[in-house]
Amino acid sequence: MKTSKKKAKKKNREITIVTWVFTLLFLGLAGYITYYSATHRQELINNSYNGRQQILIAQNRRGRILSAGGDVLAQTVSDEEGNEKREYPYQNLFSHVVGYASNGRMGVEAQANYYLINTSASLSQKAALDLNGEKYPGDDVYTTLNVNLQQVASTALGVYQGAVIVTEPATGKVLAMVSKPDFNPEQIADIWDELVEDKDSSILLNRVTQGLYPPGSTFKIITALEYIRENPDTYQNYRYNCNGSITKGPDRIQCYHGTVHGAEDFSKSFAKSCNTSFANIGLSLDRSAFGDTLEQLLFGQDLTTTFNTNISRIDVREDTPDADMMQISIGQGTTSITPLLLNMITCAIANEGTLMTPYVVDYVAGSAGNTVKTFSPSSYGRLLSQQEADILKGLMTDVVEEGTASRLKGLSYTAAGKTGSAEYGTVKGDSHAWFTGFAPADDPQICVTIIIEGAGAGGDYAVPIAKRIFDAYFQ
Amino acid sequence: MELYVSEFSRYVIALLIILYTYECFAVFRYETEEERSGIYLRQNILMFALHFSCFLVICFETGDITYLFFYAFQQIVLYAVVALYRMVYPDGNRLLVNNMCTLLSISFVILTRLDFSKAIRQFIIVMGSLAIALIIPYFVHKFKFIKNLKWLYALVGIAALSVVMILGQTTYGSKLSYSIAGITFQPSEFVKILFVFFVASALYQSSGFFEVFTTAVVAAAHVIVLVISKDLGSALIFFVVYVLMVFVASRNFLYLLAGAAGGSGAAFIAWQVFTHVQVRVQAWKDPWSVIDAEGFQITQSLFAISSGGPFGLGLFKGTPGAIPLVTTDFIFSAIAEELGIVFVVCLILICVSCFIMFMRIASGIYDRFYQLTAFGLGVTYIFQVFLTIGGGTKFIPLTGVTLPLISYGGSSVLTTLVMFSTAEGLCIIGQEEEQRRREQARKRKKKRITAKHVPEGAGRLKEDMALEDAAGEEIEDE
Repeated sequence: MKTSKKKAKKKNREITIVTWVFTLLFLGLAGYITYYSATHRQELINNSYNGRQQILIAQNRRGRILSAGGDVLAQTVSDEEGNEKREYPYQNLFSHVVGYASNGRMGVEAQANYYLINTSASLSQKAALDLNGEKYPGDDVYTTLNVNLQQVASTALGVYQGAVIVTEPATGKVLAMVSKPDFNPEQIADIWDELVEDKDSSILLNRVTQGLYPPGSTFKIITALEYIRENPDTYQNYRYNCNGSITKGPDRIQCYHGTVHGAEDFSKSFAKSCNTSFANIGLSLDRSAFGDTLEQLLFGQDLTTTFNTNISRIDVREDTPDADMMQISIGQGTTSITPLLLNMITCAIANEGTLMTPYVVDYVAGSAGNTVKTFSPSSYGRLLSQQEADILKGLMTDVVEEGTASRLKGLSYTAAGKTGSAEYGTVKGDSHAWFTGFAPADDPQICVTIIIEGAGAGGDYAVPIAKRIFDAYFQ
Repeated sequence: MELYVSEFSRYVIALLIILYTYECFAVFRYETEEERSGIYLRQNILMFALHFSCFLVICFETGDITYLFFYAFQQIVLYAVVALYRMVYPDGNRLLVNNMCTLLSISFVILTRLDFSKAIRQFIIVMGSLAIALIIPYFVHKFKFIKNLKWLYALVGIAALSVVMILGQTTYGSKLSYSIAGITFQPSEFVKILFVFFVASALYQSSGFFEVFTTAVVAAAHVIVLVISKDLGSALIFFVVYVLMVFVASRNFLYLLAGAAGGSGAAFIAWQVFTHVQVRVQAWKDPWSVIDAEGFQITQSLFAISSGGPFGLGLFKGTPGAIPLVTTDFIFSAIAEELGIVFVVCLILICVSCFIMFMRIASGIYDRFYQLTAFGLGVTYIFQVFLTIGGGTKFIPLTGVTLPLISYGGSSVLTTLVMFSTAEGLCIIGQEEEQRRREQARKRKKKRITAKHVPEGAGRLKEDMALEDAAGEEIEDE
């Protein structure tokens, strides 16, 4: 018996090899199909070339979108004839963040589309609905949004164009996201042509995630970080005498409104937002190390968030000329940043250097209240060390205590932040007002980033809005 | 009520095919067909239950009871196949017959769902093909001269392919078929079998360099004609089957290496030279960037596969009609969408179990010609399955071949049925060899027992061992 088996095996060794190779190949193929279909399901159902979502849309009534507190932000209702209509009870208030679901999709309507068109209704529920000839209820999407903060932010921004984002640095939850000009998503079909044609105001653009602005003085946070990195022991010894302008060759940088700050140290340069001092600091920086820091702070990269974002750009290389370095150090020149990225960097400072990925969809629940899917906070990574975060937090507190954000001084909470007045265009003096900061400084709970287009100085226009948001949150 | 039935049926269908697939592999625990007969019986019950539940769902979803008549005809035919093979060829392999019928029943189900008129046409073609296939094992077993027709195989094969190349109809950029009296043939399907017979008959006596070289020239002629006709999938099948058959015949790894190197080189040149190859590679690497054009088929197929989930959307609940060529090249994706990932993974495993059985049959035959034939047919079958499933799921670039026994198409199903029946014939030959060996060994043993003194009561065990020893010796004699 043994001999014959051994013989037979030897005789067919090649056949055995081929058998195994094909068997393993097919196991790989089966594994691949299972994995691919499971991991790409959502992405593929959202593809506009995939007709299959029409089946779900015909079968299920689109689910609701709700705030963190359970207020309805979007819902589908049908009249007696069965015509469906998507309602947005807050009209314009959540136009960009919640978005719209006809004429394409945007915001949460796009991002959570898969859940909204699917249903987790139980069989008995479905059977009962079938009897009445009704559609199944799509799943409800609960967001992290806070209606009160959103309202305060929107009202505070008033008729200005601009953007406000409010987040929780410890979790990355987005509490409010306002972009103006806004629109009423219920009328999207009627105003669509108008919106698409109107290139100037770009109403459909979510300025928080897609607007690219010169960062102005808010960028001094980053210049300061790089200076601290390069001079960890001696940065406190920095001294400078500001006489209102600095000249290097043919290029000249002036302080905002030509203010003369006089003798100042590092902390005062930051608090007073002294352009000449920071241009001076910028010239001393190691340009290649600076480039690395900027990459670490997510410039020039597609942000891996659930939002549609634009890429923030900056250009610092070994051979960047001095003139450009001076401009870059104070956030002018060709540098551009989205309010979202500035908020993320601010959050990382507030959260001891670790950035939590910003997100707006908190969890998905069936119409019966059963939880379908929960999105937990996740770390995006560490942007800076805890020590660096602490130093920056100190500098930003001084901005409030004795600098350009003094309108936040002496309140029940201690805020920290940085103002900015980003000059744009060719007319001297036209500037966007910026503020980015958090409160309370010693235990940050919310982080606010504001830009008001063409308003003027950040300290005069953006800081009061931050104050109203902080007040609303801490009242 | 309707809802409960359609929900419940998804799980029932999945469960039935899981059990069936389990039995497909349980078979390999046993050496003889007698020991496996319990498994085969369970398989028969499961396959009919599966077939019946699918048609029940079809009737339910369409509200049309007449589908049950169609089902009844299918059931009678398939039952007759199972019974006839068992009666006529008791020494045949029942796993292949069962799998053949199961795959056909899945084909009828999905074709009925996709296109009822095509399903009926396919059923008629399958009945004819089954009738032809039934005599094949007898033919293979009886006529030994098939060993010596190598030049006839080569000539007929190349001639048939050349006719298509010159006169054939162009379908989707490839010349695949020609029509005689209103019936369209796809000769590359039948030529696959001739080609396997050719290589086996050319190499079974000797596989030295001369034989390998001359067969390589003939194989290259097949492949080149197919490449010119732009039938890349078939060209690839011929090439792989040739290389692997040479490897098994020569038992020389160098040929395998040379084949792999030559194949890669040829593929690279083809990619450089032919735009239609570049297009396919591009559509495989990133179909999303060309979703409007070359990537359309594959992305629609991926949509289908990903939308079904583990248990599928249920028959008639999806939109497989959106996939181009859904009844032929992309039928796998339609099955995945409506019957689910669990179902298609089992389907893949059933195909693999067929392949393993082909290889078992090959291993069990001592005659080199029959061994190579069984091996070559098995590889032809499984490699085609790999190309079509892998291509439709973006695992490999798309080559446009059909899924044997399941896709719509007469040439394909007839060819595959002939392949399976040939394997039945080869299995019978293997069984006979084994019996002859045992008888010869028994004769010798008798001589030996009379010579030596064997103590009484040593029992059958010892006798059997002596018998096996004798058998082993005899192999060494060869």
